[in-house]
Amino acid sequence: MMEEVKEVTSTLSVDRDNINVTEVLKDGDSLTFLIVSQKLSGTGEYHVARAYDDFEWLQQHLFSQEDVPGIQGVIFPPLPAKAQVNASAKVMKQLGFLGLGEWQLYCKALETFLRQIAAHSILSKNKAVEIFLTSSDPPGRQRVRKNIFNRLSQAVEEKRKEGHKDVDQFFQTERDQNLVLAGCAKTAAERFLDVVQTEQKIAVACGHFSAALHLCVEPGEDSDKQAFSKACVKLSEVFDSMKKNMTSVAENNVSTLGLGMDLESRYQEAEKEMLFRRTCKLVELESARRNAEKAKPVKKAAMEEVKKAAETEFDHICGVAKQEIARFQGARVEMLQQALVQWCEKQLLTAKESAEQFNQHLQTLRGMA
Amino acid sequence: MAASSDRIPPPFPATEEPGVGPSDVADGDSDEGEDIFSNPMAVSRGVSQPDNVNEEPPDLFSDEEEASSTTVKSNGVHSDDDNDLFAEAHVELSTDTPGSSARKEPSTSVGPRPASSFTRSPAAMQPTSLEQLEEEESNDSFDVDVAVTNPEKIGDGMNAYVAYKVSTRTSLAMFRSKTFSVRRRYSDFLGLYEKLSVKQSLHGCIIPPPPEKSVVGMTKVKVGMDDPSSVEFVERRRAALERYLQRVVSHPSLLQDPDVREFLEKEELPRAVSTQALSGAGFLKMINKASDAVNKMTIKMNESDTWFEDKFQEVENEEQQLRKLQAVVDSLVNHRKELCGSTAVFAKSMAMLGNSEDNTALSRALSQLAEVEDKMEQLHQEQAASDFFIFAELLADYIRLLGAMRGCFDQRVRAWQRWQEAQSTLQKKREAEAKLLWANKPDKLQQAKEEITEWEARVTQHERDFDRIGMTVRKEVLRFEKEKAKDFRSQIVKYLEAMLQSQQRLVKFWEAFLPEAKAIA
Repeated sequence: MMEEVKEVTSTLSVDRDNINVTEVLKDGDSLTFLIVSQKLSGTGEYHVARAYDDFEWLQQHLFSQEDVPGIQGVIFPPLPAKAQVNASAKVMKQLGFLGLGEWQLYCKALETFLRQIAAHSILSKNKAVEIFLTSSDPPGRQRVRKNIFNRLSQAVEEKRKEGHKDVDQFFQTERDQNLVLAGCAKTAAERFLDVVQTEQKIAVACGHFSAALHLCVEPGEDSDKQAFSKACVKLSEVFDSMKKNMTSVAENNVSTLGLGMDLESRYQEAEKEMLFRRTCKLVELESARRNAEKAKPVKKAAMEEVKKAAETEFDHICGVAKQEIARFQGARVEMLQQALVQWCEKQLLTAKESAEQFNQHLQTLRGMA
Repeated sequence: MAASSDRIPPPFPATEEPGVGPSDVADGDSDEGEDIFSNPMAVSRGVSQPDNVNEEPPDLFSDEEEASSTTVKSNGVHSDDDNDLFAEAHVELSTDTPGSSARKEPSTSVGPRPASSFTRSPAAMQPTSLEQLEEEESNDSFDVDVAVTNPEKIGDGMNAYVAYKVSTRTSLAMFRSKTFSVRRRYSDFLGLYEKLSVKQSLHGCIIPPPPEKSVVGMTKVKVGMDDPSSVEFVERRRAALERYLQRVVSHPSLLQDPDVREFLEKEELPRAVSTQALSGAGFLKMINKASDAVNKMTIKMNESDTWFEDKFQEVENEEQQLRKLQAVVDSLVNHRKELCGSTAVFAKSMAMLGNSEDNTALSRALSQLAEVEDKMEQLHQEQAASDFFIFAELLADYIRLLGAMRGCFDQRVRAWQRWQEAQSTLQKKREAEAKLLWANKPDKLQQAKEEITEWEARVTQHERDFDRIGMTVRKEVLRFEKEKAKDFRSQIVKYLEAMLQSQQRLVKFWEAFLPEAKAIA
């Protein structure tokens, strides 16, 4: 079991486009995920089992790469909230779309997380990634030293910094835009979840109606009774079709646009965190500059040092941030486009199938005297 | 129920129907309706005469016309340009001949409906085959179409009410003209029901019940007819009143009732006042009171004919089933409405997202998405309305009808009890006569003999009534089952057509959106 990760840089030995979270196993209250990755050289796969804590371990290692210049400018791929068996209502609300069903979407989200890390030019070099994906033993559970990265805006003072005016118009615009989009995306995702959940309720109600109609079938040879019974049976079939249709519609919503909106929402949050880190650094820098100016000659040199260091770090962060933002904007548009196209195609297919089914029902019903 | 013998029977159509007995109705024949049954008569003209069944002429009993002036405002305009109303409402007279049944579509429907029309051939009186060529309003068809439209709020404040336009289109000669319309308010419909109940249920007919009163609903309407729940309430009531009337006029006996004709034709009706009892709860109470009364009678009926017992049980079971179905449909309708709400809200949030988006193509696609979702909300609304008006109301109607049917069964038991009571009275009279014979009191004896004769006649009468009611109930039940099967089937067809249409529109929405989604670069 690897306890510590000494080396920071390495190249990943797996195909970054071929990392799959194939299965989830329930073990009491906890979930274990099976991850399969393709070896880059030759044939063969790595199969590893990981718990949520292992994902957090990975994330911590990525956060704590202090010697990578400008690391704070990276938009870190967002890790979904922790999933639990028999989760509380609060947890389910937090998970949103990812909490639906039997964790298929959750696995997909974890998969996306891993792929994005593997595809990241800076992050993929961290040895922790290699270990996570390839080591048959679970990576160490020891706590990495907590750093400033983890959760944004805990303290109230921190929150104030969020609104700090920027020196760079590009970043100010990006911050403003991100604030609006993050809010809109989160709201839209929540509202879409409401739609899906109502659709599921309708499907259930259709099922009930279908079942209840069977109880209305009357025995007897009387032709009117038979006609009535046939009508009830037919209607029962119709509502069964409707149930299936509604279920498909809801599933399509979830697996394409729902997933997409969830990812967009979480990614906007990740960008927000990065921008906030930069803003904090900016505040630090400005403070260092002021100190350097006001410093008494005794302290001046030291203050200048601090100022220089802050400036360098800030420049690195801005450089990385600009790249990350460009990459992010391209990636999210592509992601959303795919989600929208898939969504539309699936719903179109479902609607056509449904129309065909209704048509058939109608024909048989009209054929029945 | 005094029968007035000065009632003018409805004029029969000109063509003679051989094979039909003397067609004069209660004209001076009998005061208590005894002899009417000696004249078999065709109620549904042009329809093959059922051999054994006697139809009672519906105008045996009549209500006194109220002389009081009406407070119902009606514009009384007979408009003849209402053909569109009938495009969808189409009712056929149904016959009682087994093996031939008219199709009935009691509520408006979209799409092709097979309608059958009778062709009256003056010469022959054979059973007409029902699946004749479909003719629009051919002069030979025995159509009575009714439609209830144009709800209009009259007056203001708490005295306001809604007046509906009741339009009739018919080829029957018993009406004054071929198309006409009147304005009626809800209490008029209730009044009609009350009158019919009093008269017809004694014969064992199933009187279709009108929609229930609703204080809550009406209060909202009185306040203002504009908000969605008022609009929905009025539409629901309008549709229910229309179905009610259509069921009434499609019943061969009820159609003959002068009150029905008056309701359809007369410019202004005297205001119906005693409709308190007929709120929804009141109606049920009435039925249940009748059942209770029946149960409390000491002479328990011994049923010689298990058919009635079995049927009654079936009716009760069916009512239960339908209530269950109704609960499920109500829940479905609610969820659909919920979906409308969430879709609308989601559409707005997508629009906002689209507006905030920098990337032009993505922004446009998201805005398009918002529009698609808006259109879907519209679809969901229509689907909810379909669910509701097609199924929920259908089930509600039939639950009420089954209640009415239970009432018929009870009427029959009451008739039996009256017969039994008459028999027991007769018995007592005979015993009294015997005593008098023995006591040798000739004058009293004469009276006793007269009384015996009188009661013998009454016993005979009551026995006949009982038999007659039994036959009517049987017929009504069969007719009901036929109508029910047709009704349900036609509603399902309507529903499927609506669903199919929705899906096709949905397909179009998605097809329109796809290029937009693909265009995002």
